[in-house]
Amino acid sequence: MTDKVLQIEHLHVGVPARRDEPARLLLRGVDIDIRAGEVHALVGESGAGKSMVCRTVLGILPAGIRVFGGRVQLLGHDWLALPEPARRPHLGRDVALIPQDPQTALNPAHTIARQVGDVLRLHLKLDAQQSRERSADLLAAVQIRHPAQVLAQYPHELSGGMRQRVLIAIAFACKPRLIVADEPTTALDVTVQREILRLLRALQRDEGAAVLFITHNLGLVAKLCDRVSVIHSGRIVEHGIVQAICDAPQHDYTRALFAATPRHDRPAAALQPIAPAVTERLLAEARAYDAQWRPQPPPREAQRG
Amino acid sequence: MNLHFNLRATFGLLVFATLLLVALGAPWLAPHDPLAQDLMAASLPPAWAADGERAHPFGTDTLGRDILSRLIYGARPALIVALAGATLAGVVGTLLGLLAGFHGGRVDALISRTVDIWMSFPAVLLAIVLVAVIGTGLLAVVLAIAIIDWTRFCRVVRAETQAQARLDYVTSARVIGLSPARTLLREVLPNVLPLLLTLFTLEMGIAVVVEAILSFVGLSVSSDMPTWGGLIQEGRLYVHQTPWLLGLPITAIVVTVLGFNALGDGLRESLDPVLRK
Repeated sequence: MTDKVLQIEHLHVGVPARRDEPARLLLRGVDIDIRAGEVHALVGESGAGKSMVCRTVLGILPAGIRVFGGRVQLLGHDWLALPEPARRPHLGRDVALIPQDPQTALNPAHTIARQVGDVLRLHLKLDAQQSRERSADLLAAVQIRHPAQVLAQYPHELSGGMRQRVLIAIAFACKPRLIVADEPTTALDVTVQREILRLLRALQRDEGAAVLFITHNLGLVAKLCDRVSVIHSGRIVEHGIVQAICDAPQHDYTRALFAATPRHDRPAAALQPIAPAVTERLLAEARAYDAQWRPQPPPREAQRG
Repeated sequence: MNLHFNLRATFGLLVFATLLLVALGAPWLAPHDPLAQDLMAASLPPAWAADGERAHPFGTDTLGRDILSRLIYGARPALIVALAGATLAGVVGTLLGLLAGFHGGRVDALISRTVDIWMSFPAVLLAIVLVAVIGTGLLAVVLAIAIIDWTRFCRVVRAETQAQARLDYVTSARVIGLSPARTLLREVLPNVLPLLLTLFTLEMGIAVVVEAILSFVGLSVSSDMPTWGGLIQEGRLYVHQTPWLLGLPITAIVVTVLGFNALGDGLRESLDPVLRK
């Protein structure tokens, strides 16, 4: 056994070919390793494929998007080869999601008690009394001040920050080995963001869970994460230990990303947009990759040359 | 529960409660046997008219049967058909709508096309044909209503389920390891419920009207059971001599349908956790 919680190898995801258009790649051979207990950042701009990685790992790819190739090893399981019912016992228990938008991720028709309790009853087989007590403990652990009161409330009665705390409580409920945090603070106020991140980091340390932290904010990465993978147009352009990459980014794109990230030790005027040349080159590389990539075995008829 | 005054819901609840009371208490409430004929007291106008009699508050029909008693007894088939018809149509339509909306693809295509074809039949004609085939009687009327109107539920529930299935909380449910069936019934259905309730009460109103139409054409229950539709049919013949024979059952139907619709709106407001303040 390795100490790797998640191993993504050469993952290809995309939209299959239709009658009038060829297959389109969204992930072009992504490799990511996550070790037990580490926080691994996946950084990139919107559209880079961050969420596709997260959705593939959780098996919730949008309709019409398929895995074309590659492997996902999750806790020793060949995850992509596992049929959906066989994955279900692990979801919410061994691997959990902290979603992007706390406004919509809770069911508006159920109380918080019901939604925290669901995962406890489902995976830990707690009875009603136990799950009530455990739910209150979990809410207290995410620093919700009046757990009993919040448990009786509906999601629309809570603020965005409170809802995200509830979602974090649900994610940590069964002490998972891996937590996928899909831009967990993007939808929150800046002041709330810091509290949530601090909480997430503290819980992660206490529980020893590994985190795949998806974000577009390099500033957060430096503070929060152990290792980082930078993704652009569905390819990992650079990966390594956060400190090393922050100190000496190797790839042009990573450097450009840093230059475009606000920092308190330099004036805002020093911010630079990512140079079109860098993006252009990456897109050209992606196109070149697509040109040589074959979704099916190549056609028998040889090209005339 | 937070009781805030809601005029429409109150009116609807009042109508529904009255109808329930009247239907259940018909033997005690009715001043006369609804079937007892008294030719000496035929075609009496309501009590408030010049030559009305106090013994027959709403007058009598051409055979001397007491109109009030017949109206009271008529509440029974109306209520039974409304509740049973709407329930049956609702259960069938909701299950199929949930399936179509959640699964999409071929399941959806099959159910949706069936609904399209189903709805292109003229409803009233279909009802008449169905009852003619199944046979008359209360059960046949209930079945006919369910067979015709499940599509109404199916269409709305399918669209709502589709909209709900796209929301993040459904993804959340899948990601904590709930099975699709459980996600559908325990996560999605409660969010469709407020809408369903409105549909249900609307359907109760429609069922009352359909029953009245079937009674009117003589295809509902046997003639020894007074129904509002039957009363209208009898009253129609003498509309110039005894207009109240037509007016009273129509009023009963209109008030009932209005009440059911108002009840639906009110209940939706009190069931929806977001609308509920």
